[in-house]
Amino acid sequence: MLNIPCPWCGLRSEVEFSSGGESEVIRPLDPLKKSDHEWSDYLFNRTNKKGWHVERWYHIHGCRKWFHIERNTITHEIRSSWPITEKHPEGNLSVSYSDREQ
Amino acid sequence: MKKQPFRVEGLGDIERNRPIMFTFNGKTYTGFKGDTLASALLANGVILVGRSFKYHRPRGIFGVGVDDPNALVQIGVHGRSTPNERATTTEIFEGLIAKSVNVWPSLRYDILAINNSFSSMFPAGFYYKTFMWPASFWPIYEYFIRKAAGLGTVPKFEDPDTYEKKYVHYDLLIVGGGIAGLVAAHVSAKAGNRVILADERANLGGSKFNSEVTINNKPVKKWVSDIESELESIGDCMVLKRTTAVIHSDHNFVVLREKIIKPNNHSSHTMISQRLWKVRAKSVIYATGALERPMVFQNNDLPGVMLGSAVTDLIHRYGVCPGKNVAIAGNNASIYTLAEDLKACGANIVALSDSRKKSDNNENLAFDSEFPVFMGQAPICAFGKKKIRSVSFGPVNIDTAISQNKDDKKIDCDLLCLSGGYDPNLNLIAQAGGSVSFDTEVSSFNCQSIPKDIFLIGAAAGNFDLQDTISKSLNIVKKIIKQNGTSVFPDIVYQTKGSKSLNAVSPVWYVQSKKSNNKQFVDLHNDVTVSDIDLSVREGYKSIEHFKRYTTSGMGPDQGKIANVNALGILSKKIDINPQSIGTTRFRPPYTPITFGALAGRDLGDLAEPIRITALNVWHQESKAVFENVGQWKRPWYYPKNEETMEAAVNRECKAVRKSVGIFDASTLGKIELVGPDAGELLNRIYINRFDDLKVGSCRYGIICGDDGMVIDDGVTSRLEDKRWLMTTTTGNASKVFHWIDEWLQCEWPELDVFLTSVSSHWSTITIAGSNARNVLLELAGDVDVSNSSFPHHTWKIIKIFGVVARVFRVSFTGELSYEINIPSRYAHSLWESIISIGERYDITPFGTESLHTLRAEKGYIVVGHETDGSVTPDDIGFGWMMRKRKDFIGHRSLSRESIIGEKRPQLVGLLPETYIPEGAQVLSDEISGSDKQSIGHVTSSYNSPSLGIPIALGLIQGGRSLIGSNIRIIGPSNSMSVNAKIVSHCFYDPNGDRLNV
Repeated sequence: MLNIPCPWCGLRSEVEFSSGGESEVIRPLDPLKKSDHEWSDYLFNRTNKKGWHVERWYHIHGCRKWFHIERNTITHEIRSSWPITEKHPEGNLSVSYSDREQ
Repeated sequence: MKKQPFRVEGLGDIERNRPIMFTFNGKTYTGFKGDTLASALLANGVILVGRSFKYHRPRGIFGVGVDDPNALVQIGVHGRSTPNERATTTEIFEGLIAKSVNVWPSLRYDILAINNSFSSMFPAGFYYKTFMWPASFWPIYEYFIRKAAGLGTVPKFEDPDTYEKKYVHYDLLIVGGGIAGLVAAHVSAKAGNRVILADERANLGGSKFNSEVTINNKPVKKWVSDIESELESIGDCMVLKRTTAVIHSDHNFVVLREKIIKPNNHSSHTMISQRLWKVRAKSVIYATGALERPMVFQNNDLPGVMLGSAVTDLIHRYGVCPGKNVAIAGNNASIYTLAEDLKACGANIVALSDSRKKSDNNENLAFDSEFPVFMGQAPICAFGKKKIRSVSFGPVNIDTAISQNKDDKKIDCDLLCLSGGYDPNLNLIAQAGGSVSFDTEVSSFNCQSIPKDIFLIGAAAGNFDLQDTISKSLNIVKKIIKQNGTSVFPDIVYQTKGSKSLNAVSPVWYVQSKKSNNKQFVDLHNDVTVSDIDLSVREGYKSIEHFKRYTTSGMGPDQGKIANVNALGILSKKIDINPQSIGTTRFRPPYTPITFGALAGRDLGDLAEPIRITALNVWHQESKAVFENVGQWKRPWYYPKNEETMEAAVNRECKAVRKSVGIFDASTLGKIELVGPDAGELLNRIYINRFDDLKVGSCRYGIICGDDGMVIDDGVTSRLEDKRWLMTTTTGNASKVFHWIDEWLQCEWPELDVFLTSVSSHWSTITIAGSNARNVLLELAGDVDVSNSSFPHHTWKIIKIFGVVARVFRVSFTGELSYEINIPSRYAHSLWESIISIGERYDITPFGTESLHTLRAEKGYIVVGHETDGSVTPDDIGFGWMMRKRKDFIGHRSLSRESIIGEKRPQLVGLLPETYIPEGAQVLSDEISGSDKQSIGHVTSSYNSPSLGIPIALGLIQGGRSLIGSNIRIIGPSNSMSVNAKIVSHCFYDPNGDRLNV
């Protein structure tokens, strides 16, 4: 069971959270302009990374805030967490709402 | 008191002035306070304690802890009966009742021992090969296999004792209270760390308990008890005995199982039987020691063959020497210490074999004059029927013993002690993600890489020198203490004397013998023999993971404790690949079995799941409602009058609604308030239909889809004020929808300025439905105009009822004129009672969920979860017209995918069957005949309609709307049912909605 660093509440046990999967899935701004292929890619395809993985979690039984974490899918080590709408602390990951295509 | 023939005077740490009576297989014995069932039985000379899993061979106590494969017993009777406890880890108490498992009719004469004579018919993979055909016979096979398989018996009565769970956070968890673990605990606790120390035994001290070793010039026993009391005096330190670490999960979440001694069977007191500790520790130290490895030779499972470490432990802890004429066999220095211990008990050592050509320090020479010492030899075969009588030895060539057959010299003995080397106990560290592999230096598994914040010390780290172990442990603790922010390291010295270190081990994997058919057991738990390994190799199961599953070696209760290393060594010989390259199988949790009671804790009965009740529950109960579980909610299902049947009650309730007026508790509906300037826009995107144009005072029905275009919920949303909306959801999806919207709002549309508040329990909802509903409302409404023109369908009004602000929504799920009165929950009960008394003259009738669903089905209204199942689009259920065309909403893009449009989609239709049909029944087209018939859909809702007096149903049928008017057949779920039906429109009652708009 993971110990997850909520950016607002600190380290809390996994039972307080629900997982939202891969953060790098960004919903197209205008879905109606997307081809079937592009749309199904957004809906169904995930990278399923081995190693460092950016994913979003919901502190459902806590502060009810969504946020991102970086978790190693092999060791389960979590090395960072940050609010859902903000860029990765080191600015090198395109995962948040503010990064989506304009 | 009967004499205990194998108890040695003056040894052990038991309370000889406190005798304890217990029964084993119906016979009464005496042991002492501090005994385990195993030590007490051995003290009494009880050698035969169980039968093996597959061949039902006679078995005796083999190990002395959690690794013992043989002495599985059923403890206690009635509700306190516990199957498959190990005799070696069960402490005796007055009145303990224990019996062997897996024996019938008795331990001495076990009928299934016949399996042993026919064992050539039961090789590895026997079940897979034999019971495969004919497939239809499987139920018969299964019956007999289940009867023969398995170990203990599941208790038939409720356990009178309780179990509990506890969550704790610590700086440091130390598993294993041997010398290494104690030193680590002592130093870190002294340094101010919060420490928890767990050991599965009843005493601390591990393998050195009560031995000759001294620490700081104190006998080890005294040193251990001094440290223990010192640890207990430190507030932030906890010592848990009889506590096993069973699971290591992510981020140092470790589950410990604490056993609290079972009370007398006849005790009427309820007490805590076991406690499950869920520990989250910053660091974890495993000081789990090592488990001694058996040696593999012919008949090595005979009662009287034991691990050397078990015998040492029996002598030191319990003063029990389980044999008089003892043979010793080993491949390392520990056998010489054991010989000393046995001599001290007065046992006669008949022979000793050391498979090495030479011992570390010529220890063998010291004994040479006292008894035969065979260097470079190993046991070949044990002889005896229900216990060992003699043993033969033969030379070792590299790592295999060679049978001489004729020349094997038999040496008489009643106990054979084995030491095949020591396997570091790495089960938990492997669970934690540490990588374990074969290490030729120790001829066993060693831990190659350790995850962060987990540490290994002592024999578990492959370190068999006590003083060296202590200095290495201190270095590790120093590191941990520093990491935890303490810089002062207590200056404590631990000087040990009298401990012998263990150096070279030379493995003997098995006995090579061309002629003998005697079994050589590799895994005594699962009856896996060397010939099973041969078979596995012959049949191509050479990968260690395949091998494990094919032979079951190391599976089940063993979990690799005694079998794995020998199995790997033998496999490596058979396929001629070195053991490092073969790899290891995964150690799985739990380390030792946990009883279900401990996992359940107090979450039983009423506490198993939260129960949610509405503010009107007391009234429903007083009115003798029959309740239905809807998620966690208790909802009135129907209100039987004068012992009515359910059908009669539902019939009466439905007719009352259609004829006059009914009253219904709809409080469980999910209610979400959305407040903010962008609430209308948010609703536009959540629902498939438009909402921002809804006027204040109006209500609108909407459907919610997932982004895959499938319906997930529906409900009515009303505009309360310009920037305040009230959304309702289905009962079951209330929290799901709330969190769904929250996710979109936070993650995708944070630019929308909306607050969400769940108000489901704040407001209670009382529905009055029927043509007389307005007459009832009139009496509550005061000056408010509730006429049809001023208060039409799909609008809402604030009405002050007895001075309390209520929100009254004119919406309907029954097809009748209907008002949903929302009132703060604390007024709900008195309002309900007022309505009941006002409605008396209209014969107002309370109705439950069954009637509501019947009434809505007559109208063809859908229920999410009945008419939808996660693969149904809005168009499928007839709401294609509702979708916005050009603006995006959740699911919009998916709904224009080709695969989702088309004539052959399942479409919602009504069905008129000849008789009532069960929901889930399949629909067959009548046009296709013969055996080609395929289902074209299924029945989603089915009722006997009280209003129409005929059975009606709703169904999803491929291209159903174009089939209206055609005849179909409905079959199943059982094959015998076949009913003709006609496809009709899904609305059976008042299709024009005249009754809604009156």
